[in-house]
Amino acid sequence: METMNAQQFNNIAIQPFNYVLHLADNSLIIGHRLSEWTAHGPMLEQDIAISNIALDMIGQARNFYQYAAEIINSNNAREKNITEDDLAYLRDAGEFKNLLITELPNGDWAKTIGKIFFFSAWQFYFYQKLIYSADKQLAAIAEKSLKEVTYHVRWSGEWIIRLGDGTEESKKRIETAIIDLWPYTGEMFVPAVYESGNESRVTIDVISIKNDWLNKVKSILEEATLSLPGDGWMHSGGKSGIHTEHLGYILAEMQFMQRAYPELEW
Amino acid sequence: MNGTEQNIVINSDEKIKERIWEILETVSDPEIPVLSILDLGILRDVKIENQIIEVIITPTYSGCPAMDFIGMNIRKTLSENGFEKIKIRHRLSPAWTTDWMTEEGKDKLKSYGIAPPASKTFDKQYFENLPVQCPHCHSMNTKLVSQFGATACKALYQCNDCREPFDYFKCH
Repeated sequence: METMNAQQFNNIAIQPFNYVLHLADNSLIIGHRLSEWTAHGPMLEQDIAISNIALDMIGQARNFYQYAAEIINSNNAREKNITEDDLAYLRDAGEFKNLLITELPNGDWAKTIGKIFFFSAWQFYFYQKLIYSADKQLAAIAEKSLKEVTYHVRWSGEWIIRLGDGTEESKKRIETAIIDLWPYTGEMFVPAVYESGNESRVTIDVISIKNDWLNKVKSILEEATLSLPGDGWMHSGGKSGIHTEHLGYILAEMQFMQRAYPELEW
Repeated sequence: MNGTEQNIVINSDEKIKERIWEILETVSDPEIPVLSILDLGILRDVKIENQIIEVIITPTYSGCPAMDFIGMNIRKTLSENGFEKIKIRHRLSPAWTTDWMTEEGKDKLKSYGIAPPASKTFDKQYFENLPVQCPHCHSMNTKLVSQFGATACKALYQCNDCREPFDYFKCH
């Protein structure tokens, strides 16, 4: 078997490979995190809801990984073609390009809701631009994903309102969650190296969606009787492979089978 | 194969396609067995090139776990009918919409106990709380229990009159 190591993946500079991986990693990591709630949701309906959102995310990740694999395979002659599974299961933390917010532990229900809301609202505006990408496959994946994300933003937004405008306890929890998560939202609007070159109209300018995102967040927080955190220091690094300690644990669990039993299928 | 035979093959491509659409009408969605992949609008196109049959399908949702299964069933059903060279391709754009569901499909859903999509997505009432009819007692007095139901494509409702819970196939 030809094993891909970190060095090999990092040396791949074919456009838009890294960009596609960034989008795939975002969806896979948040999808995997949300799947941890399956069978542990606070009530059956919400357990099903969060599992469905996780499934949508993993489906989107598969579409992006399949496309990333296609990009490599059509540009590099290898003995064995790279598959979506190689990209998900055989890369190490330093090669993952997901936003830090996607890898944070779920915490309590409020923290999870906050994470889904901030991230889905970002995806919502992001995909609305990506559907006009000059890259037809990225545009198609965005078109497909946008419909699903529309439901995610709505569902998580309703939960923010319910928790904020709920009991003393629920309000305290969502307030804490929002304060904790806020420093992880800045990274969403700082372009990485592989996002430059908007003139080719393949990638989109993330700075351009910041206002829409902020307005959406403001209006939901207001309805939830919550205040918007002020400007402050923001974490970054995820998009270029510098992660929190949490990602390693996710990968250890997610990749164990493929690492221990290479090419295992079920 | 001589030239005449080849001509017959090309001329009969349209007939073969017709036959394939007919056969694929028997392939159902594993989650909603009363609906065929035609009723759902999952089957988008059938092409024949160099005697290879290409079946183009589109996923309902990105993560729909039924897609691989549907692909397998298409292959199996076609091969049972003597078609061996089959290629299945997924198409993402235009994205699947419940607007593609046939009227026949909607009727089948309803008699199966699942409320069909209440409007067309271009009505822009996509997310409004449209009245959804109870598939059991036909009352319009129903309430949304959860936007996400047993599968990604369904929401959970309850009838305020007959009190029965039911699945609603979301507008998408």
